[in-house]
Amino acid sequence: MSAFFTKSMARNIFYGGTLFTLLLFLALTFHTTWTLPQRDHRENLTEQVARGKHLWETRNCIGCHTILGEGAYFAPELGNVYPRRGAEFIKIWIKYRPREGVPGRRSMPQFDFTDQQLDDIVAFLKWTSEINTEKWPPNIKG
Amino acid sequence: MQLQYKSQAVAKPYFIAAIGLFVGQILFGLILGLQYVVGDLLFPAIPFNIARMVHTNLLIVWLLFGFMGAAYYLVPEETETELHSPLLAHLMFWIFLVAGALTIVGYLMVPYATLADMTGNNILATMGREFLEQPLLTKLGIVVVALAFLYNIGMTILKGRKTALSLILLTGLVGLAVLFLFAFYNPANLAKDKYFWWWVVHLWVEGVWELIMAAILGFVLLKITGVDREVIEKWLYVIITMALVTGIIGTGHHYYWIGAPGYWQWWGGIFSAMEPLPFFAMTVFCFNMVNRRRREHPNKPATLWALGTGVMAFLGAGVWGFLHTLAPVNYYTHGSQITAAHGHLAFFGAYVMVVLTIISYAMPMLRGREANPERAQVLEMWAFWLMTVSMVFITLFLTGAGILQVWLQRVIPDPQEFMTVQDQLALFYWLRWIAGAVFSTGLVVYLYSFFAKDKPQTAEVGAAQPAAS
Repeated sequence: MSAFFTKSMARNIFYGGTLFTLLLFLALTFHTTWTLPQRDHRENLTEQVARGKHLWETRNCIGCHTILGEGAYFAPELGNVYPRRGAEFIKIWIKYRPREGVPGRRSMPQFDFTDQQLDDIVAFLKWTSEINTEKWPPNIKG
Repeated sequence: MQLQYKSQAVAKPYFIAAIGLFVGQILFGLILGLQYVVGDLLFPAIPFNIARMVHTNLLIVWLLFGFMGAAYYLVPEETETELHSPLLAHLMFWIFLVAGALTIVGYLMVPYATLADMTGNNILATMGREFLEQPLLTKLGIVVVALAFLYNIGMTILKGRKTALSLILLTGLVGLAVLFLFAFYNPANLAKDKYFWWWVVHLWVEGVWELIMAAILGFVLLKITGVDREVIEKWLYVIITMALVTGIIGTGHHYYWIGAPGYWQWWGGIFSAMEPLPFFAMTVFCFNMVNRRRREHPNKPATLWALGTGVMAFLGAGVWGFLHTLAPVNYYTHGSQITAAHGHLAFFGAYVMVVLTIISYAMPMLRGREANPERAQVLEMWAFWLMTVSMVFITLFLTGAGILQVWLQRVIPDPQEFMTVQDQLALFYWLRWIAGAVFSTGLVVYLYSFFAKDKPQTAEVGAAQPAAS
């Protein structure tokens, strides 16, 4: 192959191939960004949902849970926890986590959320559960 | 034995720090593995999410130390000139190390929400997303260090010989720095957040990091085999072409279920199904170059690590990635222990091993000899096998756990709750932990190999042994 295929040919294929796929990827990204509003129902993204996301992030929930399948695999999927459990269950669950954990069991920290913060978290999880995820997860168990 | 260029010596602290942080990463891995079966272990002092953040962040930081050390070592030799500023490299080393250490201490000593408040997360919220958990200040520190590093490497390449190898390395490093800027973009819209989060995470490990990896492997193979540079660099171009052509649009295999349009199941599936190709090419490349070697390099472990990288990267990133990359499969496996299995073998096989390859090759030189004493080499090769084989077992056990998890939770007609399923996976998690303990033993042997000397050959054959008292 050395006679027919030189280093400079390999280099040109690298530049050409990379540039082509990069442009294709950017085009697909442009189209995705353009159609995303119909799929993420952003018209329902309220201040409260944004506050809920902020709580989700600053308590590092993703360090144990997955959301839409991404995160850690230590605790249940929460992308569909809203339809699975409902608002009241979620709030009570978070509110009454024992400070010292559950003996021998995987334990969730007590975050000392106010009622307002619990509502924010639920709003975020509700909004998330209504994103069009191509019918993932396969069933309600997540 | 002298270094070809004095300034290559700045690589040494980078490699030492990398190994030190690697040890920390593994310690936290052992804690996490136990927490999977003893749920409340160390709770509430070190909850799982904190330990995991330390585990993954240490990995990223020590690999970055490894990449920077590799660049400082190989760029002077490639460009045939001294490093632009060894002082700047030393200064950045300390800044990066102190920033990294403070971040880890912050994770462990302060509640995460308090850490966020203290470090300006309310000014620009970037924290609390997987792998990008670092406080804003740390993220800014990473940018400063990366810019200073690129300036230093760039100026060196500018004034010296421009080889394809060093330009490929530079392209990878620039890509790494530029893509990290997406870590600062965090919209309130989770779908958008996730879409661009992958521009850091995926385009790093299945994109530009492959360029860095190819350049490091190419450099070590060039040195230990003595094969013609033209051949090696041609191979490198072929590998990185395949890496970027498949990997860039392969990002789409993360866009199946996060709100992006359904067509990503085709784009992501087809392109990411080809992602094993560059890794396979790397395997063939490594063996081909070693078989065509023109010299016998006295550093045997370095050759072993290089070949091991080729094989394990293909298995971990290539085969285990392909297993669950097609949308109909991923629909069931997404976010399960299958993902964890792939993550472990891919990171170890590709990036851990390539950093250990350059350390294995360069560290003896940095310590003034072409290769380590025989006994140190034997120990290092023992460490190679202990760590590599146990990582394969970790992966197999997690894969077993993953298959069972997917079956019980997502396939059978009456699917079970997450925790009900987890309790039934305990045996796999215990086996994984044992494999992790063997891995740690391998790491101890690895550390010890740096201090091992040949035993003086003074015992006489047939000499009387003193009686045991």
